[in-house]
Amino acid sequence: MTTPLATAAVKDASQQRQKRMIAEHFERLAAARDEGRKVVYTFVPGNLTELLGALGLLPVLPEINALQSGMRNRSAAYIAEAERAGHSEDVCTYVKCDIGMLKSGNIGPTGTRLPDPDLLLLSYTGCFTFMKWFELLRQEYRCPVAMLHVPYQSDGVITESMRSYVVEQLRRRVVPALERLAGRPLDMDELAARLARSRRAEEDLVAVWESARHRPSPIDGYFGGVYYVGPIFSSFRGTGDAEAYYRELRSEVESRMARGEGPTTPDGPATGERYRLVVEGPPNWTSFNEFWRMFIREGATVVASTYTRVGGLYDTGFRHDPARPLESLADYCLGCYTNLGLPTRTDLIERYIRDYQADGFVINSVKSCNSFSAGQLLVLRELERRTGVPGAFIESDLVDPRYFGKANIENRLQSYFQMLEARRRGGPS
Amino acid sequence: MAGPLGDCEARLARARALVEDRRLDTVRAWKAGHPGGLAIGHMPVYVPRPMLEAQGCLAVALFGGGDQVDIIRGDSYFQSYICHIPRSTIELALTGDLEPLDGVLFPSICDVIRNLGGMWKLLFPDRYSDYLDLPQDFDPEVGGAFYVRELGRIAGELERRGARPLEPGALREAIARENRRRAALEAMDALRAREPWRVRASEAYLIARAGAALPAQEHATLLEEFLAAAALREVRYRDNVRVVLVGAFCEQPPFELVLTLERAGCDIIHDDLQLGLRAIDGEIRVPEGADPLEALARAYLEQGTAMASRYIGEGEKGVALVRRVCDAAADGVVFAAASFCDPALLDQPMLERALEGAGIPFTSFKFAENTGQFQVIREQAGAFSDAVKLWGKES
Ligand code: SF4
Ligand code: SF4
Repeated sequence: MTTPLATAAVKDASQQRQKRMIAEHFERLAAARDEGRKVVYTFVPGNLTELLGALGLLPVLPEINALQSGMRNRSAAYIAEAERAGHSEDVCTYVKCDIGMLKSGNIGPTGTRLPDPDLLLLSYTGCFTFMKWFELLRQEYRCPVAMLHVPYQSDGVITESMRSYVVEQLRRRVVPALERLAGRPLDMDELAARLARSRRAEEDLVAVWESARHRPSPIDGYFGGVYYVGPIFSSFRGTGDAEAYYRELRSEVESRMARGEGPTTPDGPATGERYRLVVEGPPNWTSFNEFWRMFIREGATVVASTYTRVGGLYDTGFRHDPARPLESLADYCLGCYTNLGLPTRTDLIERYIRDYQADGFVINSVKSCNSFSAGQLLVLRELERRTGVPGAFIESDLVDPRYFGKANIENRLQSYFQMLEARRRGGPS
Repeated sequence: MAGPLGDCEARLARARALVEDRRLDTVRAWKAGHPGGLAIGHMPVYVPRPMLEAQGCLAVALFGGGDQVDIIRGDSYFQSYICHIPRSTIELALTGDLEPLDGVLFPSICDVIRNLGGMWKLLFPDRYSDYLDLPQDFDPEVGGAFYVRELGRIAGELERRGARPLEPGALREAIARENRRRAALEAMDALRAREPWRVRASEAYLIARAGAALPAQEHATLLEEFLAAAALREVRYRDNVRVVLVGAFCEQPPFELVLTLERAGCDIIHDDLQLGLRAIDGEIRVPEGADPLEALARAYLEQGTAMASRYIGEGEKGVALVRRVCDAAADGVVFAAASFCDPALLDQPMLERALEGAGIPFTSFKFAENTGQFQVIREQAGAFSDAVKLWGKES
C-alpha cells in the first residue's frame, strides 16, 4: 500500500522539488553498487527510514515500484508474467506486479535497473501479505531478511506490552542487522536529528491536511494527497529535503487558502467546490487521472482520506520524538492506518466526516487488499447510521486494469452525485 | 461416550453428528451441564485451547457454515473478492446459531480473520471478542515474552467474565489432556500413512474435526476408540496413489470434495485440513517446576508446524513439505486452496518450487466451502493419479 512518486500533472514548486528528490534518489540507487552503498527493500507502512538514513542505507519500496508500474501502464504485463509463473489470480496485485517486474529485469521508473537488495526489512505492519511478499522475494534474491513484527491495534490502543515487543525487536534484531550491513554502529545523535526533522515535517503535513476544513478546500486530500505523502511515506522522512518540501507545500496551500482557491488538479486549479467527500481505500493507479476526473467533473473535492494515512497517521497527534527514538519508531509503526482495528478506523472516518463537514463518503474497495477491504461494507453502514451522511461503494483494483470497470464506476458515482444533489435540494435521497 | 469397541461406524456417526452440529447443540448441552462455564469460540487456525480448558471454558473451533448454510445476510457484508468463511460465519452469527458462545477469539492468521474480529466488535459490542496476536518473532525473550503477556491478558479477560483464574496446576493438567489428544491424532496419522485403506482420509477428517467443540479428553477418547475399532475391522487393500493434501486450511472444503479425491484414486495419507490441531508438532513439554504458561508459549515458538500464517524465519520454504512427502512415502501433493485465501495462495508458489526442486509431482485447484460441483476436480485428480502411476511405473 502506498503513494505515487510525483509524476504529477500539477507543477507547484513543491512538486518540482519532489521530482528532483526522486530523481536524485534513483540516481543514488543506480550508483549504489559502484559506490559500495547497501540497499534495503522495505514497506511503506512501518518504514524505518530515519534508521536506514542514519546508517547510510538506501531504501527501495516495492509497493511504490508497483504503483509506478501501474501509472506507467506496465502493470498488466508484469501481473500476467507473474500469473504465468504460477501466482494466483486471487492475490494482491502489488506482489504480482513486483514479481513480474523482477522477472522482466527489475527496471525502475527512471529506466535504470534497480539494484538487488542486500537485506529485506520486513516491517510486518498492518498487512498479512507483506510477510508472504518478502518470503517470495527471499526465494528470488537469496538475501537475509530482518523481520519486525508489529502487533495489531485491535482495540485502538497501544499497550506497553506491544511497544516493548517492537522496541525489543528493534534493539536485538533489526538495528544489529542494519549495523552489520552498514558496517558501522548506529549513531543515536544522527537518528535523533533525523527524527527531529521528521517531526517538523509532520507538523507541516498536518497543517496541510487541516487546511481542508476551509471552504473551498485548497487541497484534494486523496488524489492530490497521494502526492503530498510521497516524501514522508517513502525514502525521505527525516531528511532536510523532506523538511523543506513540507514547509514549501504548507506555504503554497496556505496561500491558495488565503486566495480562496481550490485544489490543483491535472486540469489546472479546481473551481466551484460542490461536494466535500471523505474517501476510504486506495486509489486505482492504472486509470488514476480518469478516476480523479470523475470527481473533478462533478465539483467533488476529497477533504480527507484514509489511504493517505497508511504510511503514518499524524493528525491524531503522533509525532516522531527524538527524545524516545526507538519507542517513537515503535509507536509510529503501531499507529499506521491499516494496523488499526476496524472500530478505530470507523471512528477515524466518522471524525473526518464531521470535522471536515463532508457531504458524503466513498469507499473504494480494492480487490487486492483484504487488509483494507474486508469489512468495508459494514463500515459503510455504520458510518451512515452514525452520521446520517450517505456513502457510496465502488470496487476496483490498485494496479490490475482488468478490475477497473470504467463505465460501471462512472455510473455508480454519477448516481451517487445525483443522490447528493437531490438531498441537498431536500428531495428524496 | 461412544459405544462398544470394534464399531468404527458408531464413532464415525457420532463424529459426523458433531461436525454437522451447526447450531451448537452440543455446546448448549455442555453449558447446561456446567453452570457458569464459558463457551469460547475461536476462528481457525490456532489458539492454545489448554489455556481455555484450564479456566474451565469449553473451546469451540468455528469453521464457518460449510455447504449447509444459505447465505442471506452474510453476502451484504462483504465485497465480491473474498473467501467464503467470513460470509457464512457472519450469517451464523446473525441468525443466532452462535448464541451459546460467551465470546469469540480471532487469531492473527490473515487480514480477513483480523478484520472479521473488528466487525464482531462493531456488530456485537456487548459480547466478548478478542484478537490473539500470535508472535512472529520466535525468541523466547522477545516474541515469547510478548505471547505470554498476550495469553495472560486474555486469561484476565475471561476471568472477568466468570471463568476460573488461570492456575498453574489446572493448566498443567489441561496440557496433559491436550498431549493425550495429540498422541491419539499422531497414532491415527501414522495408521493412515501405513494402511490408508484401513483409515480413509474422509474418516480421519471426520474424527479429527469432531473435536472442534469437545474437551481434549473427550476427543482423545473418541480418537482412541476409533483407532482401536479400525485396527480390528475388515478392510480391502487398494492400490491408489499416495498423496499429501495441502491447503493451509482455515475454510474447510466440502466433505464431498475429500470423498471426490478418494474416488479419483488418491489415498490422502496426510493433510492439513485440521491444521489447528497439528499446529504444534509433538508433545507440549512442561518440565518439573516450569511455568506451564511459558511452556505452552514455548511449544508454539519452538515446535510450531510450518504453515502459511507463520513466518518462516531462518527456515526454507517447502522443506517441511518435502520432508513430509518423503517421510510418508507419498507419490505427490494435491494443493486445494480456498478461493481468495491469501495465506494459502501466496504460500503455494514457494511450496511448488520446493516440490519441483525435489522432483515431486503436484496438482492444484481451488474450492469454496459451499462448492457443489466436483466433476472437474474429480477429472483433474483422476488424471493426476493416472499420471503419477504412470511415472511411477516408468521410473
Ligand atoms: S494486501 Fe493491501 S496493504 Fe498489503 S501489500 Fe497488497 S495492497 Fe498493500
Ligand atoms: S480462508 Fe484464507 S483468507 Fe479466508 S479467512 Fe481463512 S485464512 Fe483467511
